[in-house]
Amino acid sequence: MSIDIKTTKIEPRRVTFEHIAEKLGEGKTPSRYQEVMFGLQHEEVFHYRPTWDPGHEIFDADRTAVNMGDYEDLLDPRRYYYGTYVIQRSRQQESLEKNFAAVEKRGLLNALDASLIEKIRKVVIPFRHVEWGANNNNLFIAAYGFGTPITVAADFQGMDRLGNAQYITRIGLILSNNDPAILDQAKSEWLDEPMWQPLRKVIEDSFVIKDWFELHVLQNYLIDGIFHPLLFQHFDDEVVANGGASFAMVTEFFVDWFAESMRWADSTIKTAVKESDENRALIGGWIEKWLPVVSQAAEPLAGFIFADRSSEVLERISDQLAARTGKIGISARAA
Amino acid sequence: MAEKPKRLNLNQKYQLMTRGLDWETTYQSMDEVFPYDRYEGIKIKDWDKWQDPFRLTMDAYWKYQAEKERKLYAILDSVAQNNSQLNISDGRYMNAVKIWMQGVTPLEYAAFRGFAMLGRGFRGAGARVACQFQSIDEMRHYQTQVHAFSHYNKYFNGFNQYSRIRDRAWYLSIPKSYFEDAVSAGPFELITAISFSFEYVLTNLLFMPFVSGAAYNGDMATTTFGFSAQSDESRHMTLGLEIIKFMLEQHEDNLPIVQEWLDKWFWRGYRLLGLVGTMMDYMLPKKVMSWRQAWEIYWEDNGMALFNDLARYGLRPPKHHEAATKEKYRITHEFWSTIYQFSHATALYTWIPTTEELDWLSAEYGELFDTVYRPRYEYWQELHEKGERFFQKRLPVVCNVCQIPIFHTMPDDPLMNCCLVSEYKGTKHQMCSQGCLDIFNREPEKYCQAYIPPQQIYQGNCGGASLEDYRKWLHIKDEETGEYYGSEDHVMWEQWQAQAAKPTGVAPAS
Ligand SMILES: [Fe+2]
Ligand SMILES: [Fe+2]
Ligand SMILES: [Zn+2]
Repeated sequence: MSIDIKTTKIEPRRVTFEHIAEKLGEGKTPSRYQEVMFGLQHEEVFHYRPTWDPGHEIFDADRTAVNMGDYEDLLDPRRYYYGTYVIQRSRQQESLEKNFAAVEKRGLLNALDASLIEKIRKVVIPFRHVEWGANNNNLFIAAYGFGTPITVAADFQGMDRLGNAQYITRIGLILSNNDPAILDQAKSEWLDEPMWQPLRKVIEDSFVIKDWFELHVLQNYLIDGIFHPLLFQHFDDEVVANGGASFAMVTEFFVDWFAESMRWADSTIKTAVKESDENRALIGGWIEKWLPVVSQAAEPLAGFIFADRSSEVLERISDQLAARTGKIGISARAA
Repeated sequence: MAEKPKRLNLNQKYQLMTRGLDWETTYQSMDEVFPYDRYEGIKIKDWDKWQDPFRLTMDAYWKYQAEKERKLYAILDSVAQNNSQLNISDGRYMNAVKIWMQGVTPLEYAAFRGFAMLGRGFRGAGARVACQFQSIDEMRHYQTQVHAFSHYNKYFNGFNQYSRIRDRAWYLSIPKSYFEDAVSAGPFELITAISFSFEYVLTNLLFMPFVSGAAYNGDMATTTFGFSAQSDESRHMTLGLEIIKFMLEQHEDNLPIVQEWLDKWFWRGYRLLGLVGTMMDYMLPKKVMSWRQAWEIYWEDNGMALFNDLARYGLRPPKHHEAATKEKYRITHEFWSTIYQFSHATALYTWIPTTEELDWLSAEYGELFDTVYRPRYEYWQELHEKGERFFQKRLPVVCNVCQIPIFHTMPDDPLMNCCLVSEYKGTKHQMCSQGCLDIFNREPEKYCQAYIPPQQIYQGNCGGASLEDYRKWLHIKDEETGEYYGSEDHVMWEQWQAQAAKPTGVAPAS
């Protein structure tokens, strides 16, 4: 039997869950984002120490040196929860799919100048491994980070990077008419070509970092902050300027993706910096330690792409990053 | 003229899109990069032999899941707008949903984090990617559930303080300790426990009562997220089966380890499901099927058939499954009797079933029910009618492994209580069954750490030594607990019914 609601007076007993009312103030209705960010991570009464890390609880604030009064302050400015995240990405993939279809149908990429294709092959295709490394690192943050907002967003970031790596793989297969040899070739260059080794070393070194916030700064702020503009802004422009407009069609997603991922990285790091002078010093220290390493890793690649323009391009990229760093509340610059 | 593209088969293409991205690290050793996947003793000779259990690229995942989310949220919105909580079978039903939010949703969250650990932890990239999909799926589950229950929380008690009682409440340490047991183990045990032992072997015993139960009882929100999660679950099940086959095919030394895990996690999962069985027998005003019947179909038939299949890998059915089958006539009644007596220390309401419901239980459970449990319920009903609703004054002793109150009886004697003791480092630990005792004795160092709520309460670590202090510490108000009849939920439900029954004065359109 279904009840005729027009005749029934229904008074809610409360607006939201108790822990959310305490956080937002009585009577405030939370957004769907807030409902699934607050109070979800288990806080106390852990029954067993992890056999893989007996020095910590399963969820433990001490896995980073960054101290927050409330780790749930590390919110995502995009306010993604699962539903809004997959819906946004599905819209983007739909439009990218159209671009890929157009490019494939008319053979647009393969029609590019051979030297341009060769450059894309040497610069962009091995970059799928960099994205895969970023997948690995963000899964680490999702697993061992503290608090729901940062771990949920890192999980999205991790899956995004798998998506990026897969889109690059598709670009490679278009260029090679589906011959996987192009990917094998790119992998062996990634493993052995001197141009890639400094970057591969930073990434492998990042795989053994145990402090998840340091890893967040290194991966999502510094490595991305230098290499994404290098490839998908400056190199992209270069290809387009040489008649490769179709290349921009298949890299469109990376540009949009980086713009929003940057907002998340900046905002979470800024929140931690604002929390205390100790956090500021700590994060400033990480930037000081890693920025020169990452910047140097970009030099051979920039040299290969831009030849004598390379220091000018790198200068612009580091200015852009320095401006972001200033806004975050830290004054650090590559030595 | 561009040459015609070669054709890649799906499997090849998927490999290029996943494990093809991976490389052997050289600047840091692989053992440093993946420090956790060897200490359990599982030997993997060749990760390349991993068969991808499903082949989803990110673009396809985003697309399918977005379609599902659009539909799901359209229904959740309409449930809220149309006050669909008025259409449930009875106010008592909502207690089944409370158990879900208090006990299961937190496990979905823990699964999200646990599978992120696996998605980072296995050195085989194919396995890593499969676990990453499960991680984000489980994130979906906890989030869609919070969003679905958020509307019910506005009207019914027992949802409001879920975030607090999840960690603290004695009865919720049953599911919590179960999952923490898995996450605190190594990666191979975690995936065996959850993806195989739970999601592959036992999942129907959870899904069928809850989701079909929700559908039978007019609960649109739970039905919708439940069915929507089903296609995610089928991915998780294939992952569970693949990991078992993979471990067993990789090295013969893995067999005894895997068998011990299956023994342990069968029993752990079975004990946890006792709570679900109780819900289906007692909390669903409209019954789907009895626990006994579900056990016969999903374990005695399907589960045993699965283990017959697995015999070719050298596996045998899990230890103590015979005991579980012997308990099928009594476990839910013993459990309900316990919750009934202790519900004033929970954020749930309990009640004595109606005569019609008792008749159904008699028909499903036969003589044992009529001689042992029914008279007990009828006695408690009399007390209640006299105004002496029966509650225990102290919290029960619980099992040191499964954390369920020790109410169980001997496998071959339903009238004889079972309490087994193991002494470890000078302390006595009580267990509910041979299954739990074996689990304790295999890893005493682990289980002696367990936080046993009743002990903690009487030591004054939970806000005080009385049940009233404890309840306050749990953030449960008096009116949110205890007997259903006369409770706030009951009164509200009756008002809705009365209003609905009133003539509106407007002739219905013909
Ligand atoms: Fe789930
Ligand atoms: Fe699952
Ligand atoms: Zn037990």
